[in-house]
Amino acid sequence: MSDYLLLIVGAIFVNNIILARYLGNCPFLGCSTRLDTAIGMAMAVVFVVVMASGATWIVETYILVPYELEYLETIAFILVIAALVQFVEMFLQKSVPALYQALGIYLPLITTNCAVLGIAILAVQNEYDFVKTLVYAFAASVGYGMALIILTGIRERYAVAPIPVHLRGTSIGLVTVGLLALAFLGFAGLVH
Amino acid sequence: MMSVVQEFTKGLWKEIPPFRLVLGLCPTLAVTTAGKNGVGMGLATTFVLVCSNILISLLRNIIPNKVRIAAFIVVIASFVVIVELVMQAYFYPLYKILGIFIPLIVVNCIILGRAEAFASKNSVLPSIADGLGMGFGFTISLTVLGSIREIIGNGTLFGTSVMWSSFEPFAIMLKPPGAFLCLGLILGLMNLISSRQKGH
Repeated sequence: MSDYLLLIVGAIFVNNIILARYLGNCPFLGCSTRLDTAIGMAMAVVFVVVMASGATWIVETYILVPYELEYLETIAFILVIAALVQFVEMFLQKSVPALYQALGIYLPLITTNCAVLGIAILAVQNEYDFVKTLVYAFAASVGYGMALIILTGIRERYAVAPIPVHLRGTSIGLVTVGLLALAFLGFAGLVH
Repeated sequence: MMSVVQEFTKGLWKEIPPFRLVLGLCPTLAVTTAGKNGVGMGLATTFVLVCSNILISLLRNIIPNKVRIAAFIVVIASFVVIVELVMQAYFYPLYKILGIFIPLIVVNCIILGRAEAFASKNSVLPSIADGLGMGFGFTISLTVLGSIREIIGNGTLFGTSVMWSSFEPFAIMLKPPGAFLCLGLILGLMNLISSRQKGH
């Protein structure tokens, strides 16, 4: 049990997918200007990352490894993710319109979010079993969502602040992320 | 001929990624702990970008509009696998350092962005120029960022010591916070330069 606890704490705080591993930066800066957008994006990421990691684990274990096709990992994973995102979008539209309303516009963007492919590859590289992969994917994407929501909160606060003209927009956003990453560096050493 | 030259040079300053086009940030931030890594990552991305631009521009009338993004991703992923295998065979130390960010070239938004915005609408020659320009721009950006972080964070440039002997390296520059701060300040500097240019 403590094994899983360490995995979760490690993935959320110590090796935070964005603040320590630099994955998924583009939507991180693009979607962090309004809180409701950020929450929608965070939920969509958690949803897709958990499903994609499970699917890629199955593909890796039952197709790529038995047929010695590991060198096709990259191309197989991105295809699985793209197909899965498309499928999830169609399924939600038909069956759960309310959820589709909330997540819909973020889903296509997620295919090219490197956090999704990154987490899938990291789970395979760390040789997790199926349950551990799912737990890791969930924790890592929750960490991503948490960082996204924290950053949005900060950016909403300084929206009316007198920032030097040339630093406005992405520039000050990146500096903010830097300071946030500095704070998260304090968690280093908590879990190895 | 002029337009081809223009397509090439726009990537070097006017639309230089990722400083002007804020795309492809993950590899930019992650691998630039030293100038050398920046060059390696930049050239690997350039290769994929030029090859995918050529192929997509050749196939632009064959790929159906509805599945174009999926088709682009397959093309890009194939070239990324080639880069991955070549680097594993001939540049193993660099392959080890860049690690997970080599397969992640697939989801580098610059490549998909150029495929969608340029190669799918233009013929082969301008597409090559566009790919080369953007790729070299990306390489220059990564090298500059990597060099700054290496000088401040380690006191060296491409492995040779450049700072005075009593210089204490700021180790934080090699860690994630340093990457974000450094890129943020460079973006600010670029804004300052371009507003000065407009002023004249």
